[in-house]
Amino acid sequence: MLPIEIRDVSLVYDTPGGKVPGVKNVSIDIDASEFVCIVGPSGCGKSTLLNIIAGFLSPASGEIRIGGKAVTGHGMDRGVVFQDFAQLFPWRTALGNVSFGLEMKGVAKAERDKIAREQLRLVKLEKFTASYPHHLSGGMQQRVAIARALAYNPAVLLMDEPFAALDALTRDDMQRLLAEVWRETRKTVIYVTHNVAEAVYLADRVIVMSPHPGTVKADIRIPLERPRDPLSAEFLEWQKNLLRHLGHETAGDETQKSNGKATT
Amino acid sequence: MNESTQRRRTMIRGLLSLAAAAAFYQLVALSGYFPRVLLPTIPTVLTTLYDMLSDGSMLHHAAATLYRVLLGFALAISVGLPLGILMARFKPVENFFLPLVSALMPIPSFALVPLFMLWFGIGNLTTVLIVFYAATFPMLFNTWTGVRSVNPIWLRAAGAMGADEKRLFWKVIVPGASPFIITGMRQAFLRSWIAVVGAEMIAASDYGLGWVIFDSKEFLQTDIMMAALVVIGFIGYVFERVVFGSIERATVYRWGMVRMAKG
Repeated sequence: MLPIEIRDVSLVYDTPGGKVPGVKNVSIDIDASEFVCIVGPSGCGKSTLLNIIAGFLSPASGEIRIGGKAVTGHGMDRGVVFQDFAQLFPWRTALGNVSFGLEMKGVAKAERDKIAREQLRLVKLEKFTASYPHHLSGGMQQRVAIARALAYNPAVLLMDEPFAALDALTRDDMQRLLAEVWRETRKTVIYVTHNVAEAVYLADRVIVMSPHPGTVKADIRIPLERPRDPLSAEFLEWQKNLLRHLGHETAGDETQKSNGKATT
Repeated sequence: MNESTQRRRTMIRGLLSLAAAAAFYQLVALSGYFPRVLLPTIPTVLTTLYDMLSDGSMLHHAAATLYRVLLGFALAISVGLPLGILMARFKPVENFFLPLVSALMPIPSFALVPLFMLWFGIGNLTTVLIVFYAATFPMLFNTWTGVRSVNPIWLRAAGAMGADEKRLFWKVIVPGASPFIITGMRQAFLRSWIAVVGAEMIAASDYGLGWVIFDSKEFLQTDIMMAALVVIGFIGYVFERVVFGSIERATVYRWGMVRMAKG
């Protein structure tokens, strides 16, 4: 529940084929408890940006502040959920996975089990506390991962395409669940996706990025009421709007920015 | 088919193959083609085994061998495991030890027995050190590989949750590398078991299963040799299947990090 300031962040990848710009001069201000989706085609630097915010990568220039404090490396003010189901520790039960962060914080066992149980209830997995990850479906594993990232109560939740590897029906359920979890916990969320419908469903604000180098192309507020109806006319209208912004990458057409406040 | 009937069937199949092999041996022994003193029949071997078990001599030999093997094995793990982890985590350690390991590993432990005998004399010290030598490399090599194959996403996730280097080590790297570490222990034990019998043949005095086999040669006591072989095979089997098998079932199988073969 802390605001995030991203100031002029750039990063260059050193590859065997030479220097490849990852992200260039990205600046975004995110309010406390805001749900922000970052969308863009692959190679637009959205995951790179998330990894910089998470502290896994350090930017070549620029800085990131969370609640006014500059980010240096990873910290417990942020929880991270990855796309890969393998992110859970296979040698720990669902409960053991969720309580890992609390264990690192030095919380006593009885207390951390209690909190972990609550978090698993939040993602509707209270019946599976004793299950090992390999006995859970992909969707359940991702729910455990969300509970795990929330358990030590970070102010910010960073999510890197957490539902991209799920089937469409499960993904819909998961989005609904995440919207509920967010409503209850009021975390500041940065959510990377390439799925436009997902962004319209979840986000207060959508940042559209364009590739080579990764820059912010548009910053669009989604004013729809929650819970959102993915079949409503306005929802589809916003989806189209976002798609138009993404389509500009190839068309180079600047006529369609009437619906959002474009920043670049 | 549930697990217990499946296990019973596996056992019956195993016993059947053993029985078939024993029957074949018995036929060859009875055929009279080889002198009876060189190829004792199964009842003779079993009688000798029973006698040696009941007078305690076989247990004494087995205990001496087990003592040497377990001591050498424990030493090998206490060196191979930490060194393997350090090699995988820190490049300078790897740079220093990898050439040494690569040069020493291919030397058969048995080739060192005469040298160790000159240095350390006849008895426990030499045999324990031979076991230690034989077991260290498989332990070290598997651990080194296992730590390097720990999924980096676990390290990222743990780091994001505030794990420091020490807890990363105990709570993520060691369990994450456990399939390899257990395989390393298994291989290390098998190599130990092979090495100890060989080493005892020339570097032990008075006790040990290897020594008993070698000593019996002088008196053409093939029944004692065979009885000792049965005990060697049995103990090896118990460790391989019962000890390491249950460690695996309680850990990596339960965690789904290693799967049972199909069919």
